[in-house]
This record gives sequence, structure tokens and C-alpha cells, in this order.
Amino acid sequence: MATAAAQKTDRTASYGDGDGTAATAAYERAFDAAVAADERIEPRDWMPNAYRATLVRQIAQHAHSEIIGMQPEANWITRAPSLRRKAILMAKVQDEAGHGLYLYSAAETLGTSRDELLDKLHRGRQKYSSIFNYPTLTWADVGAIGWLVDGAAITNQVPLCRCSYGPYARAMVRICKEESFHQRQGYELLLALSRGTPEQHAMAQDAVDRWWWPSLMMFGPPDDESQHSAQSMAWKIKRHSNDELRQRFVDICVPQAESLGLTLPDPDLRWNEERGHHDFGPIDWTEFWEVLKGNGPCNEQRITQRRRAHEEGAWVREAAAAYAAKHSETGATRA
Amino acid sequence: MTTTVPTTAALALGDDALVLSHRLGEWAGHAPVLEEEVALANIALDLLGQARVLLSLVGDEDELAYLREERAFRNLQLVEQPNGDFAHTIVRQLYFSTYQHLLYDRLAAGDGPFAPLAAKAVKEVAYHRDHATQWTLRLGDGTDESHERMRRACEALWRYTGEMFQPVEGLDVDGEQLRAAWLESVGEVLRRATLTLPEGPRSGAWSAGAGRQGVHTEPFGRMLAEMQHLHRSHPGASW
Repeated sequence: MATAAAQKTDRTASYGDGDGTAATAAYERAFDAAVAADERIEPRDWMPNAYRATLVRQIAQHAHSEIIGMQPEANWITRAPSLRRKAILMAKVQDEAGHGLYLYSAAETLGTSRDELLDKLHRGRQKYSSIFNYPTLTWADVGAIGWLVDGAAITNQVPLCRCSYGPYARAMVRICKEESFHQRQGYELLLALSRGTPEQHAMAQDAVDRWWWPSLMMFGPPDDESQHSAQSMAWKIKRHSNDELRQRFVDICVPQAESLGLTLPDPDLRWNEERGHHDFGPIDWTEFWEVLKGNGPCNEQRITQRRRAHEEGAWVREAAAAYAAKHSETGATRA
Repeated sequence: MTTTVPTTAALALGDDALVLSHRLGEWAGHAPVLEEEVALANIALDLLGQARVLLSLVGDEDELAYLREERAFRNLQLVEQPNGDFAHTIVRQLYFSTYQHLLYDRLAAGDGPFAPLAAKAVKEVAYHRDHATQWTLRLGDGTDESHERMRRACEALWRYTGEMFQPVEGLDVDGEQLRAAWLESVGEVLRRATLTLPEGPRSGAWSAGAGRQGVHTEPFGRMLAEMQHLHRSHPGASW
């Protein structure tokens, strides 16, 4: 914090970057020094425009993923096979809406608004995680999402708790706690199925077979094709490369799959003594890019449902606004 | 099953909570604003928690929820009504949570078998009632469209409200007193929302006490088919 104290004046002096001026150079030096010293950048601090834009893009995409991610799981709320599981699933979907709210708030500290971001989502101008374009076909998918998808999300997100942008890092601390809880519940759901009847076991294995590769794709393209990675790592938004995190995730999952009594659908998966890591087979990047371009199994359905909920809710939001205007402080004083 | 818990009453209250919770669960991913995703799921979870306690007083919660047929359910017809638009959902919430709050308040004050549950649940239900009230005010006194939608919802659900005051075996409350308190409270909220109490019958001879007797409306069977399908497909399995 010593560095921050010394440079606080510079960093909070202005929002603009006033290209080419001596002042800008000073702001930039202060910003770079703060990042280098592992200090947190806060909303009122000066920051490069590109840093701001990258964060808006990333946090918005993260928020959208929470909101769209409610759909594949909510698909099973009305069919959950026991009241205990139903309560767990409802609580999880509720948490996701809450995570979306934290993240939109974090994005708003950068000078955008939730309405603007939602509009971009609805018009396909901003993305959400490709994983939510896969369908939940059986109850076991709810467990596979908890174990694998939330597991991959946590592997990605725990380093974000140390991200250089303060509001994002703090949102991630809260989110990661809840995500870990969901992940354990997903694992426990699969364990119950795996140890259940032969039909339940088969259901669990089928779900893991379908969700494994899409989960590995959640870490993004390979390092040599990741366009934002280098800059994000330099800014300490990102702390590890896509491939590093993917490897970490595989190494965590292999023993977990064993204790679940389930297999992972990869014939090339084996321990590599020399590397101290598991080797694994090639990812189908064609599928990844197709899903990202909007051609996955559920892209159309997910965005249509989101738009419909928004459009059908318009009269409710208008009513709330009209009521607030009628009953605002000024209205009351006038009356 | 213990001898002190009146089965009929526990099923009636438990089924109300179970069925309404299910309906609210259908909203997940479809709510008009994110805050309502949180609120509706929250209310659904509270109700599901109440249902689990109440059904467990009678037997195994999952057997009771998943293996009874339509004619064995004892919930009010009001709570099984489809969600409709947001106004329908809010009016159903206003009608039911006002009733449930008044009822649990009385049960909590007594020394009957439901007093401990009611004492805990009444706090949750007070929040549900406030949520429904706040939205009734905003929608009723919002725009012309929201007012009209609320008016229609109030009318459409009105016929299911009489059933709430029919006597239930083992529930020691004065139905007439409850009815009066309910009418006064709902009437006041609707008045503040620039709406009026509907004038039609609160129930006809054809439907008085029907849900409590296991006679339901058509949408309910479909709801149960969806709810019970997976559980019934794997007899004896644990989840």
C-alpha cells in the first residue's frame, strides 16, 4: 500500500487518458507501478482505456454466463427426483442469479450499466460461456454440471480473487465460496447415482461422457490462439494461462472420477511421470469455435428464452418505474 | 406417524406449500428482472422447507410428494393454478400469503401441534406477504396496462379464495374470523393499489373445499406428471 499512498493523487486525478500529454504518461507510470506492486485498482483510480474495456468485456461475459447458466439447471427444477435435491437445485439457481447481480454491479463501477450490458447480450454483441449451450438431457447432468462445470469455473475463478481490479476481485471471493459449495453438492449427487441402481450408474456415466470435453473447453483456446491472454496477464487480470489452468483441472478431476467410480471419456488420458501431470487427448477445437460462433446445440434456445423473459417482463419494469415516479419524494412534496 | 399430529391438517398445509413452491420454481430463468429471480426462488425455497417439515410429520416426504396421485393431494385449488403472467403470480401470492400469514400467526400463538413450525414459518411468510403487497401496489398503481392485468388476475383467481376458510380437520382456527381478517387485509392492499375487491362469488357449491377433499383443477394433474415422472421411473431408487 506504500506505493499506492504515494501515487494516489496521480491515479485518482482523472478518468480520461488525454493522449500524448505528460500527465498521461505520469498516470500510466503510476498505474503500472500499482499493478506491479500487486495493489488493487479501484473505480476512481485512473486506468488505461483498454484495461477498462477488457474488464467490462470480461466481467459482463462472466455475469451473462451466470444468468444464461441458470437455464440448463432450471430445466430440472420441476423434475428433481427428491425434495432434498429440489431444494438444493433451487438454492443453486438462486445463487446464480445473485452472482449475476454482484457481477453486473462490479461492471457498473467501470462506467457501464446493467441495462446496457443486458441489451448487448440480447443482441448477441457480448458472449457468455460456451458451456451453457449444451443441453441437460437427464437428471445426472445436474450433477455433472456441479462437479465438472462448476469445478472448471472454480479453477478459473480462484485466481481472479487476486485480480488487479478491486471490485471484481472482491465479487469473486464471495462467488467462489458459493461455487465450491455447489461443486461439492454436484459431486455428491453423482456419487449417489454412481452407487445407486445400474440405471442410475449408467445415467451418471453418460452425463460425464457428454460434459467432460465441453468442460475442458471452458478454459478457452490454447495459449497460442488466445488473443487477450498476454495483455490480461500483464495487467494481472489473469494470473495463469488457459493451458495451465486446463492442466490443473484435469489433474484434479482424474482422482475424483476414480473415487466416483466413473470413467473419463478420453483413451489418451494417462499419468506422465516425467511431467508430473496427466497427459490427455486432443480437444475438438472445431466444435469449440462452432459453439462460440452460435452454432452449438442450444445457442438459439438460450438467447431466445433470455430475450423472451426480458420482453415479457417489460410491462412489469415499466409499472415499477411508473409507480416510483408517482410516489417519489418530489411527488410526495408536491401532493 | 405420531398420534399427536392431525394427519389431514398436516397434509393440507404441507401440500399447499409443496404445490405453490413447485409453481414458483417454474419461474426460474423467466422472471421480469434479476431481483425477482432471487425473490421468487427464495419464496419457493421457504415454502419447500415448510412442506418438508409438514409432510415428514405424516410420513416419508418423498413418498408423499412423488407417489400420491392427484386425488390424494389436499392442497387448495388456488396454489395449483398455473403461473400465468406476473400479475397472476403476484395475485396468487397476495391471496395465499395473506391467508397463510394470518393462519400461521394464530397457530403460532396457540399450543397445538403446529405451533413450533408456525412460529418459525410465520417470519418467512411475513416476508412473502410483504413482497406480494409491494408488487400489488406497483402493478395496480403503475401503468394502465399493469393495472388492467392486475384487475384481470384479481378477478380470475377470486373464485378460488373461498376454500381457504373451509374447516380443516385438526386445524384449530376460527374460519369466520380468518375470513374477516383476510378480506379486510386484502381489501386494504387492493384499495391502496387503486384496485377493488372482485364482486363475484369466492367459491361456488361446485368447488367449496374441493382441493381439501382431493378434487382439483385440470392443470394440476399435468403439474404432478412433470413433478413425479423421474421419481416414479426408478421405483425404490435413492437420490
